[in-house]
Amino acid sequence: MEKDTKIRALIQQKIKEKNYVMDKIVPGFLLAMAMISVVTTFGIVFTLITDAYRFFSAVSFREVFSTDLAPLNANPRFGFLPLFVGTLSTSIIAMLVAVPVGLSAAIYLSQYASAHVRKAVKPLLEVLAGIPTIVYGFFAYSFVTPFLMRLIPSLSAKNALSPGIVMGIMIIPMVASLSEDAMNAVPKIMKEGALGLGSTKLEVAFKVVIPAAISGILSSIVLGISRAIGETMIVTIASGSSKAFTLDVTKSMQTMTSYIVEFTSGDAASGTTGYYSLYAVGLLLFLFTMMMNQLAHYISKKYREAY
Amino acid sequence: MDHVREIVPDAKKGIKRVFQADRKQIQRRVQLSESLRYVFASMIFMALLVLIFLLVDIFRTSRGWLTWDFITGNLSIFPEKAGIFGAIMGTLYMMLIVIPVTFILGVSTAIYLEEYAKQGRLKHFININISNLASVPSVIFGLLGLAVFSRLMGLGGSILAGGLTMSLLVLPIVVVASQEALKAVPSYLREASYALGADKWTTVSRVVIPVALPSILTGFILGVSRAIGETAPLVVLGIPTLILRVPRGIMDDFTTLPIQIYYWTLDTVLTPEYGNLAAATIVVLLLVLLVMNSVAIYIRNRFEKKF
Repeated sequence: MEKDTKIRALIQQKIKEKNYVMDKIVPGFLLAMAMISVVTTFGIVFTLITDAYRFFSAVSFREVFSTDLAPLNANPRFGFLPLFVGTLSTSIIAMLVAVPVGLSAAIYLSQYASAHVRKAVKPLLEVLAGIPTIVYGFFAYSFVTPFLMRLIPSLSAKNALSPGIVMGIMIIPMVASLSEDAMNAVPKIMKEGALGLGSTKLEVAFKVVIPAAISGILSSIVLGISRAIGETMIVTIASGSSKAFTLDVTKSMQTMTSYIVEFTSGDAASGTTGYYSLYAVGLLLFLFTMMMNQLAHYISKKYREAY
Repeated sequence: MDHVREIVPDAKKGIKRVFQADRKQIQRRVQLSESLRYVFASMIFMALLVLIFLLVDIFRTSRGWLTWDFITGNLSIFPEKAGIFGAIMGTLYMMLIVIPVTFILGVSTAIYLEEYAKQGRLKHFININISNLASVPSVIFGLLGLAVFSRLMGLGGSILAGGLTMSLLVLPIVVVASQEALKAVPSYLREASYALGADKWTTVSRVVIPVALPSILTGFILGVSRAIGETAPLVVLGIPTLILRVPRGIMDDFTTLPIQIYYWTLDTVLTPEYGNLAAATIVVLLLVLLVMNSVAIYIRNRFEKKF
């Protein structure tokens, strides 16, 4: 009897020792690793805000919202409106390509396609999403621009149209797969009910499935816009670095992202207003994309139809 | 009675006419539905056609330039002699940093969130933070790396600075993929382990992780291949244009395949042959990504367990 309790006590003690190490150290270590992603976010926000603050204390808001951009002049001027217009134009062109094609693909795959076709087409569309953006940039510059020049002779070698279109192609898989997920989430009973009442597939798509999945579809479009705003290499290569304020998409336009790339790969000496302007543009870019993501999140939460 | 007899044929005729009109309308609706099927399908076809054009353009431009000397040669100002050995080694060295850092950080974060964290504010906060981080444009990570790693820690444009920046960029992808993998492990496996007397860490390390490992690896490889193709953050770090020697350690300056493509594409304006070099480098880059994706798919199909 006595021996028995001794052994039991020994086992208890061993378990305690072992548990102490593993139950305290491991979760602590894992939590520390998990906090690094939080630190990264704060790092991004902190560096953007401190350096952007230095910029905005040197440059007036009035100048920032002017059309005069000449950061490398002896007397530099920082009007960001050309950058906003460049970003807006390329993003709009991209969405004019990505939304119709992406939604068509989603409707086709969720309404019309057989299981075989879907299984073959979906991975192929995913390939479009897996190609590095630098490759798209090369493609836009070396193939799409010369091709468009045959249709529009006045097109410049660097222009906003060609990278916009290519960016749209890059975003197609994103819009297509997110919208298709939303359409597939609509209960089968509703589709079958509509078919049973004599609707055609098209009517089911437009009168039942799309209205029911509209929150997911809209949020996929908003996420696509966010992606287009943040896309860098395609516009840097194919749209060039003209700082002129223009609405003409056949001319070179600079976006916010390509301003950052052009200016850092040049010589942005630390401590100059030019260097801090990178962070000001970065902060605005960060805020725009964050707003878009929150909007997408809000739409999909707020207008979700739960079945 | 008489007037009824007169009406009936009329009514019959009327009903017949209504049915005929109806049939015509039905035919029209079905025709519309079926013809739009082809419109939707042709949209997908057009997107895939662009993919084909892209590949054909790149292979055609690279033809004759992708030689063994090109892969094993060093950079040169003469296009005929230029090779990408330095860029290949730069990419490999960067992976020496990205692979361990993202694996440890990403998998630890996922284990903490899925296995250890209690449902509550902290878990929710970290999850939201990671999904926000995933949607930050890559060029912003470059600005973070420039401010923190290059300037503040004095790492400059070294492989270490580039590798750490890239690690933070792909971290959210790895975390989310690992979380999905851990979620897919059925809870009865954990319960069986507890029932046998195993403690938390034993259960996680001997049961949960081995079962989830194939899916974790699949997601991890896809995340890392994103780092191989990414350009913008490294350009922002100020990786020099022309590096004539091959890096020998993680503190050396370096160039990677996408950066080489970027500079060569920019230089095609002056020397058209650089376009051929860029295309040949793209072929190498795409082959590397193809191999990595194939490995990921192989691991998924071969080792992933379904419950």
